[in-house]
Amino acid sequence: MRNRIAFALIAVLLLAAPLVFSPFRLDLLAKYLCYAIVALGIALAWGRGGMLTLGQGVFFGLGGYAMGMHLKLVEAGPGQLPDFMSWSGVERLPLLWKPFADPVFALVMVVVLPVTVALLLGLLVFRQRVRGAYFAVLSQALAAAFVILLVGQQGLTGGTNGLTNFQLFFGLDLYDDADRRILYFAIVVVLGLSYLVVRQLARSRYGQLLVAIRDGEDRVRFLGYDPALVKTFAFAFSAGLAGIAGALFVPVVGLLTPANLGVVASLELLIGVAIGGRYSLAGAVGGALLFHYAKTIFSEQWPDSWLYVQGALFVAVMLWAPRGLAGLAGQLRDLVAARRRPAAPAPTVLEEARA
Amino acid sequence: MAATKWTKTLSILFLSTTLAVAGCADDPAASGSSSGDTIKVGILHSLSGTMAISEVTVRDSELLAIEEVNAAGGVLGKKLEPVVEDGASDWPTFAEKAQKLINEDKVATTFGGWTSASRKAMLPVFERNKALLWYPVQYEGLESSPYIFYTGATTNQQIVPALDYLKQQGKKSVFLVGSDYVFPRTANKIIKAYAAANGMTVAGEEYTPLGTTEYSTIVNKLGQAKPDVVFNTLNGDSNVAFFKQLRSAGLTDKTMPTVSVSVAEEEVGGIGPANIAGHLVAWNYYQTTEGATNTEFVKKYKAKYGAAKVTSDPMEAGYNAVKLWAAAATKAGSTDVEAVKKAAGGISLDLPEGKVTIDGETQHVYKTARIGLIQPDGQIKEVWNSGAPVKPDPYLKGYPWAAGLAS
Amino acid sequence: MGTLNQLVIGASIGAVLLLASLGLTFTFGQMGVINMAHGEFIMAGAYTAYVLQPLVGEQAVLVALPVAFAVGGVLGLILERLFIRRFYGRPLDTLLLTWGISLILQQVARDVFGAPNVQVTAPGWLTGGIDVGVRIPYNRVFILVLAVGCVAAISLYLSKLRQGRRMRAVMQNRQLAAVSGVATGRVDQATFFIGSGLAGVAGVALTLIGPVGPTLGSGYIVDAFLVVVAGGLGQLRGAVIAAFALGVLNSFVEFWTANGASFAKVVVFAVIIAFLQFRPQGMFVLRSRALT
Repeated sequence: MRNRIAFALIAVLLLAAPLVFSPFRLDLLAKYLCYAIVALGIALAWGRGGMLTLGQGVFFGLGGYAMGMHLKLVEAGPGQLPDFMSWSGVERLPLLWKPFADPVFALVMVVVLPVTVALLLGLLVFRQRVRGAYFAVLSQALAAAFVILLVGQQGLTGGTNGLTNFQLFFGLDLYDDADRRILYFAIVVVLGLSYLVVRQLARSRYGQLLVAIRDGEDRVRFLGYDPALVKTFAFAFSAGLAGIAGALFVPVVGLLTPANLGVVASLELLIGVAIGGRYSLAGAVGGALLFHYAKTIFSEQWPDSWLYVQGALFVAVMLWAPRGLAGLAGQLRDLVAARRRPAAPAPTVLEEARA
Repeated sequence: MAATKWTKTLSILFLSTTLAVAGCADDPAASGSSSGDTIKVGILHSLSGTMAISEVTVRDSELLAIEEVNAAGGVLGKKLEPVVEDGASDWPTFAEKAQKLINEDKVATTFGGWTSASRKAMLPVFERNKALLWYPVQYEGLESSPYIFYTGATTNQQIVPALDYLKQQGKKSVFLVGSDYVFPRTANKIIKAYAAANGMTVAGEEYTPLGTTEYSTIVNKLGQAKPDVVFNTLNGDSNVAFFKQLRSAGLTDKTMPTVSVSVAEEEVGGIGPANIAGHLVAWNYYQTTEGATNTEFVKKYKAKYGAAKVTSDPMEAGYNAVKLWAAAATKAGSTDVEAVKKAAGGISLDLPEGKVTIDGETQHVYKTARIGLIQPDGQIKEVWNSGAPVKPDPYLKGYPWAAGLAS
Repeated sequence: MGTLNQLVIGASIGAVLLLASLGLTFTFGQMGVINMAHGEFIMAGAYTAYVLQPLVGEQAVLVALPVAFAVGGVLGLILERLFIRRFYGRPLDTLLLTWGISLILQQVARDVFGAPNVQVTAPGWLTGGIDVGVRIPYNRVFILVLAVGCVAAISLYLSKLRQGRRMRAVMQNRQLAAVSGVATGRVDQATFFIGSGLAGVAGVALTLIGPVGPTLGSGYIVDAFLVVVAGGLGQLRGAVIAAFALGVLNSFVEFWTANGASFAKVVVFAVIIAFLQFRPQGMFVLRSRALT
């Protein structure tokens, strides 16, 4: 009951935010909320499934580009070319772009593209039992390769500039503060729904199986399950969430560039989750909000030295709150318990996750 | 057990949200540019990330210009107060910080940007908010936003004169090497059109991702193609690797001359003068450019930031931007954007590169094109100039061979 | 002629990759530490050469090799003692920790040496090249020799010295080594010192061919991890073969395709993903009876 109240309270708080914030700050909050949607997926794949994905930006980008391409085509009007194509010397609309003029197709692709890529990669990689650090490095390479691919195809993707300058989003005028507020509410709703779905998934038998695989993949295999399938599903699910977040990010920020989905951007998506606490969905969401908020504030306060503050923050969190802020309460409890019974062993990841 | 756990984590989420609310609420958004006895102006360059190597010094020269304007009594009797933000070499960050400067700090104008990508990211923000941006770097043209003033060269003030110079030197074939982004690709499109119309051949065209430091294969291709000259549009770090590896492959300024459009005094220092001496560059300003105004500028810059520092074209263009805006605001009698825009056209100042006049129609400036030869001491000696400031022509309308480019 | 030249170029790209990833083979391979700050140790090595330049003069690069090894090593040791040590058993967390450290180190470099690139002058005898049908620059030869020298030194260390044999023991089975009386903590320190020291050496070598600036290291880190993964964790042979194979592949793809620099990178990534399909643990695998 109490957590329902908390959930409702936060929902009310988020919905009331437009009353408190200036339009600029509200935009930033909307952006952080997009990252929070990605964080939910990471909490599932990494926190529950143990897959350290350093390439989540790729899925974020696929969803974002699918949406961005549609918006650019709407902007240009029928038969016209998006602005960057004309200055890149492209004269006819590339075949790849044509179907994205259809809003339904674009919306479907926002989810289908990232999920397909994740399914393919997941099946290939997890079947071969590539895991742990191997998987981390591989997914990081995927992000690096994807960025180079996007940058190299300037006529098709806008190159380093990416896609910029959006004014219309399904009838909303993005230059108008009132319309942007509607967009903000839409994002809050998507985040809330995603949270409920992921929570349900994590609590289901499937979610328990996923945790079991994280903690003892071979044992689960001996029980007759196929860990590759289970992991791939979680991975694809997180990719889908990232795709949706990317699609919402485009109208909020007004541009999408390869820098949003490269190695560094992917790492930052992950770090938010680590700070908040990867084992807790609420922690992941809160961490993503807090991390990106901190990044904005630090860099505004100390434009010359904010990297020190940010770097120190990571180090401090990893040192003193390895389970993230959401795990701090548990850590304190353990500390007190350890005081009382000095012999008690520290709780393992397993116990923490079971709680 | 599970329930209490959730409550705890949710309460943390709640805490962090309220924290965010509290943090945002006491933002100093109230103080506008017109209130008080200062005028806020924004400075937005990359102070971290890969582009910091170039942009930090532009910020420095802009701060110098602001200091000078203030020492001379400020603008409309008020001192300028710079608000510095870090674009972090990340284009969405540029857009975010531009928005912050406009909405939260209420700056009268902003000086900033370097890469085309950062400008393209900021452009909609400035247009949407009807705010002003002064962009200080040479760029690929084909743009003329009503809310941007371009104080760097457009293509007909840098690339086209460089091509004229090469043609005059009897160069027949040119090899294009560039970083993979908008400026080099557009510049090379222009070069190819020029070559086709002027009986030159393009021996090859290569792009590398930004930040590439491995050029041996491209150097090998150059050695095999044997062009008369290499037109180099590489940006940043890559230039260091390119010239070091070109030289160690035995290709010198005699056997493989190059002309660069993104290598200034600053970059020469990082490349090492020995590795690049004798090669050509095309800009509108060099530290050695003659004139009392420049001597003064170099002296002041060194006094403020250190005797070992050099000045370069983008730094000078940033410095100019501040001076030009101050003159326009003074003439307009207001810092209001529309008033400044209207007053800016025709303003002419004596600046380090010589006489600089704002072209009201395109919001670019008249600039003298200069070809320079890199000296063993790291300085650049002018070997040719256009004589008079060239009228900016961002869409190359005055060049018949460029007809198909700006479609 | 072009082909032969590309082979030479491939080898020299491989040598650079090898130098950059050699240290990681051990810190990542033996200890499972995903050290994102490895690139910044490379940068520290490069700046060591820059700092020594006014003191030593033209031969600064040579003098810098051992000094940079010490500088990188000490930085690594500090990192290990202060932080990494607390993270054994949760390797993936080290990634985030060291990412934070790498941000800090980059900003330190920017504040100490300034944001623009600095210049390290190569000794006069390294500026030329030999012509044997193809032209091989001396600095490339130097890097190749240096890489081979480092590999030889390490394999000697691993096989002949007691310290090195302990290192191998810990790499193969940490628990068994520990119960056999090997002070694994001590060995870890030594490993981190050597691995980070090698990064410093790589940094000095890179001053010969590339820029010296605060973000020098971040350009190499992803490639270096790929080499280690393709070669197999902790496998010296694997790293050597993977580095040269990737170097040669890169140089040929770039040469054969017009505007190939971007394309070559993408091909390299694709090949590695495909390769791991066949050998999910990399080229060489440490045989073990352990599950998971």
